Parts: sequence; structure tokens; C-alpha cells
Amino acid sequence: MTEPRLVEVRRNVLKQNDVIARALREQFREAGVFVVSLVSSPGSGKTTFLEKTLTELQPQYRVAALVGDLATENDAIRLARSKAPVKQITTGTLCHLEAAMVQNALQGWDLQQLDFLFIENVGNLVCPSSYDLGENLRLVLMSVTEGEDKPLKYPTIFNSSDVAVVTKNELAEAVEFDWETARKSIESVRPGMQIFRLSAKTGEGMKDFEGFLSQRLSEHRTMAHQ
Amino acid sequence: MHELSIAMGIVEAATEEAQRRGVQVSAVHLRLGALSGVVKDALLFSYEVACQDTPIAGSKLIVEDVPIVIFCGKCNGERTLSSLQSFTCPECGTPTMNIIHGKELEVFALEVEDEEEEVRK
Repeated sequence: MTEPRLVEVRRNVLKQNDVIARALREQFREAGVFVVSLVSSPGSGKTTFLEKTLTELQPQYRVAALVGDLATENDAIRLARSKAPVKQITTGTLCHLEAAMVQNALQGWDLQQLDFLFIENVGNLVCPSSYDLGENLRLVLMSVTEGEDKPLKYPTIFNSSDVAVVTKNELAEAVEFDWETARKSIESVRPGMQIFRLSAKTGEGMKDFEGFLSQRLSEHRTMAHQ
Repeated sequence: MHELSIAMGIVEAATEEAQRRGVQVSAVHLRLGALSGVVKDALLFSYEVACQDTPIAGSKLIVEDVPIVIFCGKCNGERTLSSLQSFTCPECGTPTMNIIHGKELEVFALEVEDEEEEVRK
């Protein structure tokens, strides 16, 4: 029997996903659409937050959403109340979205007709962190009812995100949410991350967040034309 | 848990590389970053399942953990972080997001035996 020998191969395991994600990002750049993906635990209020965002952006902007869930089309039905085009991606047993699913879901959509596209990932703070979806901004959402140390418990997803939104602020007092501790937790795992504190229910803080999105959209378009 | 999909990706990559070279794989060496979002134990368990009925069935997965290495602008050097909870330079305490290593999820080598030798046995 021969001695086994070692051959170097150096292959990124997620290469296939990354290749599709890069193609999507290029497609988004060409179409001038700004793409935001949302990640959070189940029950943090992603859908409520997204419904509010879609509704409030619409007088000024053309918006659409893809929404990932293991099963049911409930979230798509809820989001459709905003009158924006919405498509559900049902992942079956898969705990996260992959770039190929986004690519498939977008077939037949004219991206040039959009200003913003939102991609709501499956409620999960672990698995989605590994998969690039071609988005321009990854937004991590946590609610005040989840505890201030959530970022420390799930550092990878917070670290891989670009912006944090803390929602359900209308409940902050009732659950004795300590804003400073939460802010420090986020800062510790993702130094310099911009944080929005808001309530999708009362609308408090939504305007600041929407202003931020508008600014990112115009920067995105300026960069795309350079 | 997405480790089974990741394990299947590893098996696919290793199988392709082995077939291209005409070799039998006895082990797959993987570099796994602390920030890859993949749990090592779950991956090792999934690998056995993912390997079954493939050309590399029975091969071992050998994982090399890659810690997070950041570049600290203040110290002007690379520093290894001991925790995922604090992205600050362990020497001077400056926060940083300049991540050099830690996101790896890479099949970097295969332990192989040449197929001709296998046949002769």
C-alpha cells in the first residue's frame, strides 16, 4: 500500500453561492436598485417592520420584497397589504436563503422598475450569516424584548451585518430594556455599526431610518454611474 | 442548522478535485474560520452522512480552526482575537473591523492515494 500524499486544492466551499451572489450584485448595480436583506431571530418583528417600511417608502419610491420562510405564505400575504409586489420563497427544510433562490425568485421581474428591493431571510440568527445574497446592505434586526446581550450571543451575524435596527421600542419601558448595554453589545461585536432604534408599531424613529435608506440609494446610483 | 448543506458542498468540491486528478481521497483538510458561521461538531457529524454513497465515502474530514486575525492600525500589525465578542485590539484596545482571517471555509488539501496503486493491490 502506498503512503497517502497531500495535494493542495484550495477551494472555497461556498464558491457556487458566491459566484451567483456576485452576478446578482452586478445585476442590481446595472438596474440601479438598492437591495437590503433582513436577518433576525424568529419573532423579532421583521415582517411588521418591513410592512411599515414598504408602506411608508411607497409614495416616493418603487419598492418590492422577497420573503423567505420554511413554510406558509403568511408573511407574503401580510406584506402584500402594503400594495408592493411581494413574492414568497418557501425553503422547505432549509434554514436560510441562498443566492440561487433569490435569482430564481427574481425571474420575470424588471428590476429597472424598482428603487428598493427587500429580502427577508428566514428567521434565524445563525445560518444566514454564511450566505451572500448579492445584497447591498445587510440589516440585522433585534427587538427590545430579546435582551440586550443578543449581539454577544450571535456575534457572527451581527459582525457580518452593515446596520442594526432595534425594534418594538414601544415596549422598552415595560421590559426594562437597557439601551446603553445593548448599544455596547453591538459596538463590541461590530465596531462602528450604525444603529436605529424605532417602533414599527407607533412609527417612532421610522423617518430617520427611511432617510438613511434614501441616502444610501442615491449613493448607490452615483457609484453605479461612475 | 446548515452544516449538512456545507458538508455536501465539501464532498462535492473534494470529489471534483479528486476525479480531475484521478486519485482516491482518504481525508479532506478543511480550514474553518471562527467567523464562518459553521459549527465544527455539527459539520463533522454531517460529513459522515454527506459522504455516504459518494466516490469519497469513508474519507475523514480534518478541520483546522482558523482564529480571527485583525489588523490594528494603531499598532500597525496583525493581532489574533481570543473572543468573538470583542472586536478590539488585544494589545491597545482599539476597536477594529479590519478582518484579515476568520471567515475561511475552504477545502485546502486532500490526502490521496493514486488510483493505479489501488488497482494493483
